[in-house]
Amino acid sequence: MATVELDDIKKRFGATEVIKGVSVDVADGEFIVIVGPSGCGKSTLLRMVAGLETISDGELRINGTRANEREPMDRDIAMVFQNYALYPHMSVAQNMGYGLRIKGLPKAEIAAKVRDAAELLQLTELLDRKPRQLSGGQRQRVAMGRAIVREPSVFLFDEPLSNLDAKLRVQMRLEIRELQAKLGITSLYVTHDQVEAMTMADRMIVMNEGRAEQIGTPLDVYERPESLFAAQFIGSPSMNVVAAEGREDGLHLGDMVLPNPTGAHGTVMLGLRPEHLSPDPGGPITMEVLLAEPLGANTLLHGRLANGQSFTVSLPGVHRAGHGSQTLRLSIPPDKMHVFDKKSGRRLG
Amino acid sequence: MEKRVTFKGWLLPLCLIAPQVFISAVFFFYPAGQAVWQSLFIPDPFGLSSQFVGLENFEYLLGDPYYRASFVTTAIFSTLVTLAAMIPALFLAVMADRLVKSAGVYRTLLIWPYAVAPAVAGVLWLFMFNTRVGVIAWYLGQLGYDWNHVLNEGEAMGLVVVASAWGRISYNFLFFFAALQAVPRSIIEAAAIDGARFWRRFFTIVLPLLSPTTFFLLVVNIVYAFFETFGVIHTITSGGPQQATTILVYKVFSDGFVGQDLGSSAAQSVILLIVVGLLTVLQFKYIEKRVHY
Ligand SMILES: Nc1ncnc2c1ncn2[C@@H]1O[C@H](COP(=O)(O)OP(=O)(O)OP(=O)(O)O)[C@@H](O)[C@H]1O
Ligand SMILES: [Mg+2]
Repeated sequence: MATVELDDIKKRFGATEVIKGVSVDVADGEFIVIVGPSGCGKSTLLRMVAGLETISDGELRINGTRANEREPMDRDIAMVFQNYALYPHMSVAQNMGYGLRIKGLPKAEIAAKVRDAAELLQLTELLDRKPRQLSGGQRQRVAMGRAIVREPSVFLFDEPLSNLDAKLRVQMRLEIRELQAKLGITSLYVTHDQVEAMTMADRMIVMNEGRAEQIGTPLDVYERPESLFAAQFIGSPSMNVVAAEGREDGLHLGDMVLPNPTGAHGTVMLGLRPEHLSPDPGGPITMEVLLAEPLGANTLLHGRLANGQSFTVSLPGVHRAGHGSQTLRLSIPPDKMHVFDKKSGRRLG
Repeated sequence: MEKRVTFKGWLLPLCLIAPQVFISAVFFFYPAGQAVWQSLFIPDPFGLSSQFVGLENFEYLLGDPYYRASFVTTAIFSTLVTLAAMIPALFLAVMADRLVKSAGVYRTLLIWPYAVAPAVAGVLWLFMFNTRVGVIAWYLGQLGYDWNHVLNEGEAMGLVVVASAWGRISYNFLFFFAALQAVPRSIIEAAAIDGARFWRRFFTIVLPLLSPTTFFLLVVNIVYAFFETFGVIHTITSGGPQQATTILVYKVFSDGFVGQDLGSSAAQSVILLIVVGLLTVLQFKYIEKRVHY
């Protein structure tokens, strides 16, 4: 029920610019994931949308109207914090109903809404407990409940799952996504976990040092990373990047010659995803295997190229290679090769 | 994980608690025992001998209208001092907490009054309100108000309350300020997003989270008002006019050391001891239930 537009948003703390101009138009009902390494400014960006940090420059529009100067309570948003930020002196029901009480709704109506939300989140049994009597996962649900009872136009999440164990994280990831789809509420979701970003996002914003490196659907970003940073951040294990020399007859990597899909000249950075490489006795890439990591469904082979650069390959199934040195010949389809400018790190072609 | 140390013998633990036991014995149990013992005697007018009278001292006291009046005075005085010491402190702490930049300077300045001894504070306030030379009394006179705490009972009470509470504001401020700083920022932010504005947040979120501190300060301030305000009262009003500011502790002093009625004075000390004991137990029993730890 709301669109959110960020128009060249910047944030300065004193003299340091932390957000260096981010623009994105979030459609109604869209689930946007902001992903990036620690310290890149994800939380700061989200907090500016929430109204918890002032916006130094640029314009924020919610539903088409400027919201820069609006107080958090006047933005019709709800936020789920990393540490949940539940009110410790209130019961679960009171926590969830607090916003409605502030709005001045009648008691019966508050109780009904809280009950509905509790049912949706399987919290009915816990309504009378205090937050300290709940497990991490339950607290997380209460924080979600507190956000949804108010029926806001925008949901903001700041790493809501990072305090949970791996299994619960996967489960909650699905639950949040289902809930959001059911309620159709526009959402901004911050995480540093690229798997979360890939699995949850309608579109994601890959952030690095205060800039949006790329904005697009998870598959877009995976298949056509616009920058070296996005290429290496998204995908696991992360992409191999090697320096190569572009010439008429192909891309030269030491003695190895690969096809040159973009026709680039001079030194470029070549990105090859470990899972796109396959063993090929006549392949152009020669790798010395030093270590194998069998993961069950696939096997990671770590090693290095003839010029000493480290290199990783992911092969399906169990692969008996690797103990002691052993050479492996590999090839890759040209449409899976990513070529980046050496200086700017931007994608070529 | 809680770390517990288990001692093998009994000598070391004994040595470790000995200083505490020794101090308690010398400065609390011994004088308290003396007071209880003395309260059972009436000394002769020259203080040369004393006569055992059992509980007669207590009987006399409880029937004495002056003593009962002193009870009421103490209740009013300590309530007012506690409120006057805590509410401004909380208000100042909330304001300092909102301040981002010069909070440190502000805090340091606010601590100074605490360094002033109660008796000195008493003299300070006495000078300001002195009916002949006091600055404030003079200003009040200019405004047409005739200040005279030497004669007016209400004004006398007001002055000793203010003088007693003044120095305590710093102390309370420090605790409130620290407690406010410890309230997680994200909880306040969550409440802001939930729609609560500043004062609403203060009353529904911050104040309840401060309740352990508030409770602690309540106990400490009441005990202060009971026992440590002697210097203030002595310098400003000496319990007057007409006993209007004679709190229980002051009466112990004036009956015992001025009136030389040591038996009655000792009995009053014992009663005082019981009252404070009861008060503390009551506070912990009933108010603590409403405290969210
Ligand atoms: N109040 C502040 N004053 C000065 N610098 C700040 C402030 N808040 C954040 N920063 C800086 O802004 C940058 C971005 O911080 P932010 O919290 O947005 O990172 P993040 O991407 O959320 O990281 P993480 O994944 O660790 O939470 C950091 O370098 C941080 O030091
Ligand atoms: Mg963060």
